Amino acid sequence: MATKGPQIPSIAELMDKIKSGKIFSDIAKEITGSQLWTSSFRHGYADTPRNRVLQIASNVWLHLHPVKMHRHALRIKFTWCMGGITFLLFLSTVVTGVILMFYYRPVGEYAYYDMKYLQYDVPFGMLMRNMHRWAAHAMVITVWLHMFRVFLTGSYKPPREFNWVIGVFLVTFTLLLSFTGYLLPWDQLAMWAVTVGTNMARATPFLGNEGPFAEFVGVTPRYDARALLIGGSVVGPPALLRFYVLHCIFIPLVAGALMIVHFWRIRKDGGISGPL
Amino acid sequence: MAEAKGKEKKEEVVDTIWSRRDFFSLAGWASFLGALGLSSLYFARLLFPRVLFEPSPVFMAGFPSDYTVGAVSTKYIKDQRVWIVRDEEGIYVIFGLCTHLGCTPRWLNTENKYKCPCHGSGFTKEGMHFEGPAPRPLERLKISLAPDGRIIVDKSKKFLWEKGQWGDPGSKLLV
Repeated sequence: MATKGPQIPSIAELMDKIKSGKIFSDIAKEITGSQLWTSSFRHGYADTPRNRVLQIASNVWLHLHPVKMHRHALRIKFTWCMGGITFLLFLSTVVTGVILMFYYRPVGEYAYYDMKYLQYDVPFGMLMRNMHRWAAHAMVITVWLHMFRVFLTGSYKPPREFNWVIGVFLVTFTLLLSFTGYLLPWDQLAMWAVTVGTNMARATPFLGNEGPFAEFVGVTPRYDARALLIGGSVVGPPALLRFYVLHCIFIPLVAGALMIVHFWRIRKDGGISGPL
Repeated sequence: MAEAKGKEKKEEVVDTIWSRRDFFSLAGWASFLGALGLSSLYFARLLFPRVLFEPSPVFMAGFPSDYTVGAVSTKYIKDQRVWIVRDEEGIYVIFGLCTHLGCTPRWLNTENKYKCPCHGSGFTKEGMHFEGPAPRPLERLKISLAPDGRIIVDKSKKFLWEKGQWGDPGSKLLV
């Protein structure tokens, strides 16, 4: 036998190995069998239920995920993945929104022109603005579809009744995010849509100057719920700044906190609901 | 003896309703919540500035003799969004805001009515709604006389027919 030392395989042999994929297991065997490897890693990964749990639970990025899930949780026909899609769209608006903040100034003189600047003079500005806009629109749709699915499947019933309540708040904050974002382009549509929208606050019981019981509280058009929202008596620059702060800071923070609770409750209430 | 005294003292401490620890804990929480509540009030007040950079709701509208009896003045509709109307009794101010969805109606002199271009609401010269979707009459605004005899219009004070306010003081300037 003249097989001393490494043998150079023939081309045909090598091609066979590549074609059959055997080359990968060969390479893996070479690496994991080497002294360097075996000296660093004393034993391999044991694919046991305990290790699987630990892999998820002890990873800061993964620990929000369930360590185990039901087979039915993957049934797209049951959940439509609407909650997950809503969250994905939320993340898209956060990322594109932060990018837009690099150019947009919430000042009466600048806001409209910054929006136009983003659209026509900033590379990929149009893409970012439209992604933000369409993700926001889509999020409103998917959040309603998610609610519709939860209602139809009866997933709002105990033990998930508390999460339904959190979800109702999240729908509200989604709509508020859309409404506050509506003003920021600072064009005619924005002005009048928000004028009409905030006019409703005039009719708030106790706190709106045209609402029931206003006379007992003594609110005036200058000091009522609507003035609080728009920082004055007409939709002007103070309203723009106020809506900007609400849109970029306050509502996302509150909605984010509620999302954390929402996702956590899913685990605590027995995972994603499934068909009975 | 000394041991017994020590025990007595310990029991005294236990017997008090509020231990020192309880007292400081409650005092701490009370001052924290108090400070939080107070700063919330400050914040709520902070959101209502003392000065607004907005057009004043009050404007001067010339002398009563500028207006002819039985006519609707469209002099201020563009700048101030009001009509000034004079009848045999006096002068009143109608707010040019359609009570349907908030467009500005137009005064049609030949048809003797205010007509809203958006959805066709019609109002009589006095502001009563008589056609179209508007659910209530046009609103009237406060009118008064300055010491120099000029008319003062205050758009922040409204008089609503449905609340029976068209006869209230300030709703009409009797001349």
